[in-house]
Amino acid sequence: MAKRPAPEINAGSMADIAFLLLIFFLVTTTMDVDTGITRILPPPVKNKNENVDVKERNVLKVLINSHDLMLVNGKPANVDNLTEKVVDFMSLHPNNKAYPEVQAKYIPELGKKVLMSKGIVSLKNDRGTSYQMYIKVQDAIAKAFNILKDQQSLKYYGVKYKELVDPKKIKTINKLVPIRVSEAEPENVGGGD
Amino acid sequence: MSKFKTTKTKSSPGINTSSLPDIIFMLLFFFMVTTSMRQNSPLVKYTLPTATQVQKLEKKSLVSYIYVGQPVDKALGTKSRIQLNDSYATVKDIPEFISRERQARNEADRKLLTTSLKVDEHTKMGIVTDIKQELRKVNALKINYSTRKVLKN
Repeated sequence: MAKRPAPEINAGSMADIAFLLLIFFLVTTTMDVDTGITRILPPPVKNKNENVDVKERNVLKVLINSHDLMLVNGKPANVDNLTEKVVDFMSLHPNNKAYPEVQAKYIPELGKKVLMSKGIVSLKNDRGTSYQMYIKVQDAIAKAFNILKDQQSLKYYGVKYKELVDPKKIKTINKLVPIRVSEAEPENVGGGD
Repeated sequence: MSKFKTTKTKSSPGINTSSLPDIIFMLLFFFMVTTSMRQNSPLVKYTLPTATQVQKLEKKSLVSYIYVGQPVDKALGTKSRIQLNDSYATVKDIPEFISRERQARNEADRKLLTTSLKVDEHTKMGIVTDIKQELRKVNALKINYSTRKVLKN
């Protein structure tokens, strides 16, 4: 009996199956984009007794206690309106004693002197504060500074800060709106980690 | 006179596609191999807090990670622990960790090293503050509080 050759298997659809698998992998594997709030820590203090004199009116004190409650300049406050408060505080009020001092600073990129606030946001938290609350406060402050940057960017370049493309312009705005957030040395008041 | 078959119909031969699946499989394996699922296997549970004003962390090669959260292993209790490089650590180990991370990078990049803090949202600030103080001591000042991005808090 003559041997019949085995019939050829049609593998045409195999490619489709492999494609399906490939696309599934492409879609499901996240490239894991890390996002977060970037901050620069203050450099280590060399001389502990060195006291930097900052005028009372230039500081917006934000305190968070171990029960995640907040005080802004001695008054109870809420995270929801912290952004407004910071924007209000850091905006320029040249002749108002209740607001931080203003100072004319020469910005070489703009070629002129620009009034800048001397205000500082001072953030102080307890060891018992939850990280979630801390991030919420940091986020609210970051939002306030982004609003201020948008204001300056709209004023000088007519577009929002995020839409700026020229790195020089971005740098200028960053110079005009420095993120002045100081984090005080931690305290253990509420007790316990 | 049928020495030369002239009556044969001239249809174009079918293209052999049997190697196409192999090519696609190669692509598939390439993707499976190159996309790293996670750098360190986590020993601590962490759910990142949410924030609206987040920035992307650029230059992944210049980032060192510090994880803080409850241990995955229940036998170790519920107190927040620090994880550095696949093992539990204490705050005291951070300077050594940073210097090792610095050694691993070339000279020019060392200044640009960022420390990404992946901290569980229910952690108390005490341990985070300790980490920050240690980082300040070794001059690793650029930090990133890792958060999930949301549009509204």
